[in-house]
Amino acid sequence: MSSLRIEAHPVLDFPTPKKVKFFFEGKEYEGYEGEPIAAALHAAGVKMLRRSPQKNRARGFFCAIGRCSSCIMEVDGEVNIMTCITPLKEGMQVKMQKGHGTIKP
Amino acid sequence: MSRKTEVFVIGGGPAGLSAAIVAAELGAETLLVDDSAKLGGQLIKQTHRFFGSSNRDAGIRGISIASKLCKDVENLKGRLTVLKNTAAVGFYSNNEVGILSQNAYERVAYQRAIVCTGATENSLAFENNDLPGVYGAGGVQTLMNVHGIRPGHKILMVGSGNIGLIVSYQLIQAGVEVVGLVEGLPTIGGYLVHASKIRRLGVPIYTSHTILQAIGETHVEGATLSRVDERFQPVPNTEFEIKCDCICLAVGLTPLIDLFQQAHCRMVHIGELGGLVPLHDSGMKTTNPDVYVAGDASGIEEATTAILGGRIAGARAYESLHGKSEKADQIVAEAKEELKTLRSGSTGERIRWGRERVLKEVGAC
Ligand SMILES: Cc1cc2nc3c(=O)[nH]c(=O)nc-3n(C[C@H](O)[C@H](O)[C@H](O)COP(=O)(O)OP(=O)(O)OC[C@H]3O[C@@H](n4cnc5c(N)ncnc54)[C@H](O)[C@@H]3O)c2cc1C
Repeated sequence: MSSLRIEAHPVLDFPTPKKVKFFFEGKEYEGYEGEPIAAALHAAGVKMLRRSPQKNRARGFFCAIGRCSSCIMEVDGEVNIMTCITPLKEGMQVKMQKGHGTIKP
Repeated sequence: MSRKTEVFVIGGGPAGLSAAIVAAELGAETLLVDDSAKLGGQLIKQTHRFFGSSNRDAGIRGISIASKLCKDVENLKGRLTVLKNTAAVGFYSNNEVGILSQNAYERVAYQRAIVCTGATENSLAFENNDLPGVYGAGGVQTLMNVHGIRPGHKILMVGSGNIGLIVSYQLIQAGVEVVGLVEGLPTIGGYLVHASKIRRLGVPIYTSHTILQAIGETHVEGATLSRVDERFQPVPNTEFEIKCDCICLAVGLTPLIDLFQQAHCRMVHIGELGGLVPLHDSGMKTTNPDVYVAGDASGIEEATTAILGGRIAGARAYESLHGKSEKADQIVAEAKEELKTLRSGSTGERIRWGRERVLKEVGAC
């Protein structure tokens, strides 16, 4: 299937920023520097970002503006990061967090 | 750290930007915060040419109206401070508001606050509505028009109001196949111009239908639809499946009003305006005399009316601090005249009723 990135648009121009590598669950992925982590994952076809703590339901991208907390993940060891508003950086380690996640002392 | 300002504007959509521009232009020291990375609110996601008043930006694309307002903000630098990526999170009783940016929390001491937080999207109850791939129209637009990423390859749109129609068209422009448009009512809700555009493009329209279920385990793989009767009850044995990898809900907006409640503004429920709104007078002042409102937070309407409401609020907030001003009066008079024209005619009927009810209730308190 074709990529989810919009290449040509009749109204909008999307600048192509620098490509960076990052890791999701240990596997290497590519995204654009500065775009939200969740957007990079979505473009790469990753839809499930975690499972809900109580009922183990799949959770993914939802509000896209940092309100709903559906997309919280573990980023570089820190839990509960709203990935839909956190900019992607080279080398980031992104993981599905378990349950509510544990804060390291 | 803490900050001090005369006028504090919360929300950088068309309403907040306009309020801040007017207050600063008239001479008030003004601070504006917005929780996103880019100013403009809903406008930055709107690629279509806007409906509305012709001397107030109709015919221009939403994104261009945002750039125009941002340029005005830029020109007011010395008097108007803007903090992006910063959310107002709470009102304190001593005219202070807590603001949160990426990793810092501060307090803002204000003399007048103008709250223009816009709206939140409504959801719809159906089985598996929490599956990844079920989105609100706002999320879809952010992904597509701000980040340049399609929400999926095949999308089902639920809701045929203007937002459902316009976002369907935007999806097609971005190269997504819209596999169907579902509407519970027997007729399409939005303007005919938008509806005929997507009908011409061959999108199947299912009026008197609803979505019963999203299909999938880790993400959306399809949906079950069914016909509904006049009381919106599913008609047995009319269910059928449709294949899609995402579902977009465009089923209305509700004013975002938690900050008004914290600021002890009296609220009133007015269906025509989208739900609970802070009571306010024609100068956009709430029942808390230091707090003003404008835009969708005062009742779901449109960008042009949000701009005009914002201009009125900015002018009146300035006057309440610096005394009567001829210039402010003129801004208010012009805005009111334009609003009257905009809300005339049959499409403005519901809004007119709603607005009249707000004013009546204010008179009563
Ligand atoms: C698909 C679609 C198509 C539309 N088409 C048209 C059209 O053709 N013509 C027209 O006139 N109108 C149109 N509209 C409506 C128009 O976009 C809105 O009515 C208008 O944007 C409302 O302006 P606002 O400033 O009140 O709110 P918004 O534009 O929603 O802006 C609110 C801002 O406040 C910020 N905010 C919220 N809470 C906080 C907080 N606590 N702290 C800091 N910031 C906060 C938000 O992030 C946002 O940036 C359309 C809307 C949509 C969704």
